[in-house]
Amino acid sequence: MGNDVLPKEVIQQFSDNLISKKREGKNFGDVMVVGGGVSGIQASLDLATAGFKVYLVEKGPSIGGHMAQLDKTFPTNDCSM
Amino acid sequence: MEGTLGDFRVSLKTRPRYIIEDKCTGCTTCVTYCPVQYPDAFNQEISDNKAVHVFFSQAIPLVAYIDDSCLKLKENKCDICSGVCQTGAIDFRQTVQKTDINVGAIILSSGITPFDPSVKDEYGYKRMKNVVTSMDYERLLSSTGPFEGQVLRSSDKARPKKIAWIQCVGSRRVTPGDNSYCSGVCCTYTQKQVILTKHHYEDAECTIFHNDIRSFGKDFERYFQRAEALPGVEFIRSYASVEREIPDSGNVVVRYATTDAGVKSQEFDMVVLSVGLNPPKAYKEISQIFGIALNSHGFCQTESTNPIQTNRPGIFVSGAFQGPTDIPESVFTASGASSQIGELLDYRRGKLARERIYPMERDVSGEVPRIGVFVCHCGANISSVVNVPSTVDYVRTLPNVVYAKEQIFSCATNSAKEITDLAKQKGLNRVVIAACSPRTLEPLFRDTLREAGLNQYYLDMANIREQCSWVHAKQKDEATQKAKDIVRMSVARASFLEPLLEFDLPVNKAALVVGGGIAGMTCALSIAGQGHEVHLVEKAKDLGGMARRIHSTLEGLDVQTYLDNLIQQVYRNPLIHVSHEAAIKRVEGYLGNFTTTIETEGRVKQIQHGASVLAIGADVYTPTEYLYGENERVFTHIDLGQQLALGNQTILGAESLVMIQCVGCRNEDNNYCSRVCCGHAVKNSLKLKEKNPDMRIYILFRDMRTYGFREDAYRQAAELGVQFIRYTPEDPPVAQAVTEGGREMIRVVVADPILGQRLELDADILSLAAAVIPSASVHEIAAHFKVTLSPDNFFKEAHVKLKPVEFATDGVFLCGTAHYPKHIPESINQAYGAAGRVLTLLSRDTVVASGSVARVTENDCVSCGACITACTYDAIEFYDTPKGKKARVNPILCKGDGLCNAKCPTNAIILKHFTDDALLHQIDAAITKEVRTNEYRS
Repeated sequence: MGNDVLPKEVIQQFSDNLISKKREGKNFGDVMVVGGGVSGIQASLDLATAGFKVYLVEKGPSIGGHMAQLDKTFPTNDCSM
Repeated sequence: MEGTLGDFRVSLKTRPRYIIEDKCTGCTTCVTYCPVQYPDAFNQEISDNKAVHVFFSQAIPLVAYIDDSCLKLKENKCDICSGVCQTGAIDFRQTVQKTDINVGAIILSSGITPFDPSVKDEYGYKRMKNVVTSMDYERLLSSTGPFEGQVLRSSDKARPKKIAWIQCVGSRRVTPGDNSYCSGVCCTYTQKQVILTKHHYEDAECTIFHNDIRSFGKDFERYFQRAEALPGVEFIRSYASVEREIPDSGNVVVRYATTDAGVKSQEFDMVVLSVGLNPPKAYKEISQIFGIALNSHGFCQTESTNPIQTNRPGIFVSGAFQGPTDIPESVFTASGASSQIGELLDYRRGKLARERIYPMERDVSGEVPRIGVFVCHCGANISSVVNVPSTVDYVRTLPNVVYAKEQIFSCATNSAKEITDLAKQKGLNRVVIAACSPRTLEPLFRDTLREAGLNQYYLDMANIREQCSWVHAKQKDEATQKAKDIVRMSVARASFLEPLLEFDLPVNKAALVVGGGIAGMTCALSIAGQGHEVHLVEKAKDLGGMARRIHSTLEGLDVQTYLDNLIQQVYRNPLIHVSHEAAIKRVEGYLGNFTTTIETEGRVKQIQHGASVLAIGADVYTPTEYLYGENERVFTHIDLGQQLALGNQTILGAESLVMIQCVGCRNEDNNYCSRVCCGHAVKNSLKLKEKNPDMRIYILFRDMRTYGFREDAYRQAAELGVQFIRYTPEDPPVAQAVTEGGREMIRVVVADPILGQRLELDADILSLAAAVIPSASVHEIAAHFKVTLSPDNFFKEAHVKLKPVEFATDGVFLCGTAHYPKHIPESINQAYGAAGRVLTLLSRDTVVASGSVARVTENDCVSCGACITACTYDAIEFYDTPKGKKARVNPILCKGDGLCNAKCPTNAIILKHFTDDALLHQIDAAITKEVRTNEYRS
């Protein structure tokens, strides 16, 4: 895992400073999710539930992605929407 | 984008919608008046929409947007929409907005683009009107599609009777413009489309031209059998091409060739191209902007040891941008990315998140019911059938109703605010929302009540959409009458609703992981990486599981080195406690608070934990076929892989080697595909060819299922001279030990469908693709944790698509081959996914238990035990009282399903929120048209 990239203490100190500086700023989040299809939606929900502030970025006018265009899903024929 | 892990700065450009989102109610009045017709992108441009429109009826956010076809934007003409919008939401002054956002990590979940067959003339797409893609066909089948669920041809709006599907369009082809890989989803989505077509139109004739049928996923084999068994459905194994369009009829001629009948042409009313999955359209830009590497196909480059991580620290990839994949994988890789980010950013968890604060709850228990009713138009979903104003007028006459109002979309943010405000202003103490099914939106409206300072159980939803307008579209008067009936019933029930308390349960922050294979260890490490204790329980002496017997993967991973490293990480992690030679003895408790008793190395141990992950793996079938166990020249693919790693010279020096696929599965006993064996066969054959290029290798298969990028390895093997011979289950190969000229060998006889004769293959070595079968302990473990199994005895997930790593039993999760056979990178993906879902539970201090649970009135209980037998959650137990044994419901385990109170002979059990009183009054209201005031409790 990426923990090895930087010593955790360094990241922590660095980001704590950053957080205290920018916590009040409205454009400061924990994670950006690029793409609002089923995978991006799930990632955003999981991150938010686990205590992170998420920016979900979608290029189209609605989230949902290609799954929203499907009629049903296999192999149960459940409604895709 | 710039920056590094922990501090990425991303600049975003937001295109203008020309709509003020907060003001738009999604009422679509502007759409009605807009004069511009424009091809509807959501409906694959088969039908038109307006320049201003809502992207699709369930869009989020449910607000309109204006596209480039708008006359005002193009020529500064028109402006009708601004005039008709009642909320003043149209704003043509909007411009591109630039926003800079600072985040600690990034997930790329950019998905796929369907292959566009118009790039190649030969597919006839766009050139011939009645050639459509599978994506077009999805829209045609959909009730929100271009023809409201009718499958019609573009050329003449007639219903096609004879429909052909052509598989592998854009996939498994090395010709320019196509993709060499297998897209992995097309075989099964085509079967779905065939099943749905036959469901729409019994007389439809469906022909599917296919190569291999790749039903490698969970329950796919049965799904294929179901599609194939339908009358009027024919699967033809042949490459097929679109030959020509017949000018008068618009019909399409498909040319194909079979071994029996040679080259043939057949005419169809419609041809569906089963298009594959391309990388996202902007894959090059994504790669440049985020500085991530791509593979040769344009998907994200990843390692098999962690397919969620990109080459750039802090940037992760989830979903089909990893490679063509199906929905469940897209979901659990998303949870997996979330878990890995949790490992990196654990120190800032909760620091930016804001908690909702609700107003104090008003005690209204002493008040007379004052009901407010909100009747929703649901855009036109309800109001095009049900007369909403007349319903509202009627509702005002009902007893206890003090206020009634119509709303365009009750679920819109501004409507929710209106409900909150009116509840306060009018002193409402009960709210009825007449709209859709409570399944989706009840939580939202309960939240609205909390915002109004009311107990959330004072809400009732009257379903006048699914149960009324959607099913009575052609009987408007009757539908309106029915809507009134439904609302009247709901109002009758609402008078009897009582405030209920939900309670917070503390969450034990530790996790239990059962199974110390790759999946279990990966999951344990990711959970521990976020500061939680993990108890890892392994039944064997050593960690490693099935992977101990696997030496390499098709992607070139050295499995043993990887495994040793993983095991060391587990042992070194102070938060992971490993129990060896362990058996689960008892599991008690519930979500957030489990107590599991295990026996490990002769000792009994109790473990307290909040979540459980079942990663018990799978076993390998021991073949009884093809001389296995009788002849030392017969191996399974796993044995063969091990022998290759050991450098077994007999095998490496063999002149001839035969592999037989599908041994022990895809049959009556195990009616599923083991998914991994085709990949294993190709992997072993490539290794053998590398060491001994002269070896003759034959792979006898039914369908080669080298889905995804594995297809390239399959092609490589064929190019190296590995011979692939298809056999059918009706005429399987026969193996016999023979000695000829002093050479001992196995003679395999198989029918060759292409040559039409029997082949005798003399093999020095025979290797069998032995099936992956459920773990021998699966029943026992399932019983302990109260989880269910699929028909093939693998663990059954809560939802095959959307909840692929959790069980229906709260707090219990799954990953790895215990779910279904899968390759190592897939197991790793899923293990991280399970960890991500576990963290959504363990990162909270409390979980909320529903207030709608059963309660026993002790005096009335006659200790018959009927409720205990009825309960499927073991939520009811006897306990001793001075008056003898009495039943007691554990409100935490109770799901409020109402099975026990229906069984109780003395009515001693009350199900809160669904009391007899409330339900009986609701039923009475159904049949009493003239409701007398004061009949309800007042």
